[in-house]
Formats: sequence, C-alpha cells, structure tokens
Amino acid sequence: MPSARATKRFLKFALVPLAIFSMVLVVPFANGFYLTFTNWDGFESSKFVGFSNYTKSFQDPTFWATLRFTTLFVVVSLILVNVVAFGLALIVTSKLRSRNVLRTFFFVPNLIGGVILGVIWQFIFNSAITSLAKKYGWTLFEQSWLNDTNKAFWALIIVTVWQSSGYMMIVYITGLISIENDVLEASQIDGASPLRTLLSIKIPLMAQAFTIALFLTLRSGFMAYDVNVALTGGGPFRTTELISMHIFQDAFANGNFGTGQSKAVIMFLMVAGAALLQVSVSKRLEVQR
Amino acid sequence: MSARARIGKRITFGIGLTLAFAYVFPFFLVFVNSLKLKPDILANPLSIPTHITWDNFQQALTKMNFFRSLTNSIIITVLSVSLLIIFSSMLAYYLSRTKIKLTKWIFLVLVASMIVPFQALMIPFMARFAPFVSLNNRGALIFFYIGFGTALSTFLYHGFISTIPTEIDEAASIDGASDMVAFWKIIFPMMRPITATVAIINALWIWNDFLLPRLVLTQDTQTLPLSTYLFYGQYSIEYGQAMAGLVLAVIPIVVFYLVLQKQFISGISQGAVK
Repeated sequence: MPSARATKRFLKFALVPLAIFSMVLVVPFANGFYLTFTNWDGFESSKFVGFSNYTKSFQDPTFWATLRFTTLFVVVSLILVNVVAFGLALIVTSKLRSRNVLRTFFFVPNLIGGVILGVIWQFIFNSAITSLAKKYGWTLFEQSWLNDTNKAFWALIIVTVWQSSGYMMIVYITGLISIENDVLEASQIDGASPLRTLLSIKIPLMAQAFTIALFLTLRSGFMAYDVNVALTGGGPFRTTELISMHIFQDAFANGNFGTGQSKAVIMFLMVAGAALLQVSVSKRLEVQR
Repeated sequence: MSARARIGKRITFGIGLTLAFAYVFPFFLVFVNSLKLKPDILANPLSIPTHITWDNFQQALTKMNFFRSLTNSIIITVLSVSLLIIFSSMLAYYLSRTKIKLTKWIFLVLVASMIVPFQALMIPFMARFAPFVSLNNRGALIFFYIGFGTALSTFLYHGFISTIPTEIDEAASIDGASDMVAFWKIIFPMMRPITATVAIINALWIWNDFLLPRLVLTQDTQTLPLSTYLFYGQYSIEYGQAMAGLVLAVIPIVVFYLVLQKQFISGISQGAVK
C-alpha cells in the first residue's frame, strides 16, 4: 500500500504529464487498433467485422504498389544517407582548418522542414533544370524528373539524402571523436594505413553510432511524408506515394477510415519489426568496451 | 607534414568544398531568383539578376500573410517547448527518484511508445478529438505536441537525473525544503545542459512540423510551413513571388541557427547518443 506521501508526490510530479501522454498516445493507439476490427466509418462503429478491413487493404493493388515503393525507398535512402553522412563526418573531423565552416553548411538543409525543401526542389527539377537542359541540350533533363516514376524515385532519394545526411553526420562525428587518441596513436606506430585504421579500428569502436544512425534513418524512411507531398505529390498517377501519404489519402481524401487505419497498423508493425531486427543485429556487432 | 599527407589534405578540402557548395546551392538558387522578374527567371535561372526587384517580396509578404504565420509559429513552438520542459523534467525526476515497480513500468511504456509512428494515431485521433480541436485549435495543437514529445524528453532528462547524486535531494529535505522547492530551486538549475538539448530537439521538430498542423489548423492559425506550402501551391506560376516566399520561410530558422550554432550541434549530438 503506497503511503500518503508517495501518492501526493505522484500527483504533484507525474499526474499531468502522464495524463496528457495517455490521452494523446496510449488511448488513440489502443482505440485505433480496436477500430480496425469494426465497421467504423469515421463516426460510428456498430459491429465487429473481424479481419475484413485487413483483407480489403491487402486486396487493394495500389497498397501493394505503395508497400513495394516504400520498401525500396527505405532501403536505398538508408544506405545512401548513411554512406554520405559518414563521409561528411570523416571530412569535418579531419585536420582541415575549414572543418567548422563545412559542418555548418552540411547541417543547414536539416533545419528546414521537408515541405519547404520539397517545393524548393520541385522548382529545381521542374523549372531550373529543364530550362537549362533545353538551352544546353542535356537530353537526360529535358523532361522534368518528377513526371517519370523511376526518375521521381531518385529525385525523392536525392532530396532525402541532402536533407538527412547533415543530422546523421552529427551522430557519426560524436562517434568518431569518442575514440581515444592513444588507440589511434598505437595503430599509427604499428604502421597501419589510414584506410586500415578506419576499417579495423575506428568503425568497430564507433559501432554504437551506426546502431543509432541506422535506427533513426530506418524510422524516418518509413515515416517520410513532407518531402513526398511537396516534391512529387504522389504523382505521376499515384505511383510515387510512400505509405504515409497513402494512408493519409485513403483516410482523409477518400474517407476510407477502416482500411486507412488498418494500413496504419500494418505500417506500425513494419516499423516496429524492422527497427527491432536492426537494433538487435547492430547490438550484436557492437564491440564491448 | 609529409608530401603525401599534404596532398591528402588538399583532396579532402576539395571534396569538402564541392560538397558544401552542393549543400547550399539550392538556397542560393532560390534567393537569386527571388530578386528577378519572371522573364529573367525563365530565360536563365542560374544568372545573376541584372535588374533587382523587391516587388516579389512585397507580394509574398502580404499574400502568404507572413507575419501572422510567423507569430503563430513562434507562439506554438515557444509554448509547447516550455510546457514540455516543465512537465517532462518533473516526470523524469519522479520516475528516476521513486524506485518502485510502477515507475519502472511507466518508463518502459514511455520508451516503447517512441517507436509508434504518428500515422498510426492520426486517424482515431482526428475522429475522437474533432470537437475539441474546433474549439481552440492552437491550444489543441500544443496539447498534442506535449503528448508526443513527453516520451523522448522524459527519456533524455531521466538519463541526466540519474547522474545527479541523491544526497543533494536529501540535504534539501533536511533543510526543510518541500519536494517542489527542492526540484525547482536545486535540481532543475543543475540540468541546464540537457534542458538546452530538449529545447532544441523539440523546437526544430515543432517548428517544421507539417502533418499535424495540416490536420488541425485553420486559416487564421496557420504556421509558417503550412502557409508557405499553400502559398507555393497557389502562386508557383509566379516564380519570383514563390521564390521570395521560400526565402522568407527559410530566414527565421537559419538566423536562429547561426546565432546558436554551438548549442544546436551539441544539443543534437547529446540527444542522439542517449
């Protein structure tokens, strides 16, 4: 039985934040899960329908296309963001005098919301590049990349890498500077080349930074919405819709709350599954220090 | 320094410079074109303006209601972040100092909740809270941000509080300070570094958030990203004005970043590593 003092302490310190947290997160989450098993239309849910919302979701061919597109986007952006971010981190932790200025520049796209970045790049792809291409005869760019599904995919990737690599760079910088200097000196004395040092000493010793950066990019890849809406708007013909935008369209534009919410639950399971798998694999690769 | 190392350094510098150029070039392009007349933009988007016009900015300022959305963004961000700091630091203090089963469970639920994507909540959320939202949508938005931000902020504070020795609490309570006084006068000031981290991470997220404001806000309460997006959609044919709108949307946060650069970088690296 908790003492009166302990209860008072709970009421004073924890009640308000926990109440808000439950109302915003816990209740809608549980409620949303429950609603997928009913014939909910956004206002009323009168009877149980079992798994029919889920079967309907999986019978929707555009949903399958979205799942394929999203998976491809997550995998490619995960790899490229982290490769570029690690490269940037190596540059700004080198002995260059300009390293702080460079770091400032690399981080700037990260400050600005995805919607604004998306429309900036929409202008670049639709107007700036095409007008230059016509002038100088670059055939690859004469038609806007955003009008072609495959090229629009790469446009999404370019903007995502440009936006997120600065943030992940910071994560990698933190990892790189946490390595003790005597370890690096020892490897230098033993005659290890810079590449050898990087592969055999730096990367294993900063594996934790990789765990974190991979987790963050995995999560943001699945949840990407802003750049998608602002850059391609899902077009041409809804072929570049990532899962987040697909759910939004299904529920709020087409009014399919039942299938929209079941797709959201499927998305949650995908994110949770992929993240747990990634973290448990990366944790095993980390070196115990 | 050996000749090889010097060449290596030059190559690194060259790559770094090229990349830095590529990272800011889109902003430069937007800025240059915001000063040009439409025919000049169409003729060559890369050229330096021959005839500088500020008319685009005047048009954009009024058409996207810049100062109203800027004020909305500032109000929403400042209030949400302040309340998040107050609530999550208190919750973290309670959870880390009270060692019972219940607090362990609450902490676990908080950590687990960080993996839930917003998209999994937004539909039931809008259906359940619609009447509440229509009453006061700025208030509702702040309420939602507090709910979403609690987990990560509490987690960050929790990690920091465990490094503060409990002897300090005990000393304060022997001197007759109540729980609340001890926390606000002694513990909270000691947590300044992590408070800076919590403030920066949440401010960046809330300032730039788009999906939630899009669902919740009406025309009078639009935030900057929302009004920029709508303005761009409406006036994208007027290239110059659209570009001026983008410049206006980017300026506040970039200025803020250049002033507080050190805090930004250290805040983000602290927040990521925990």
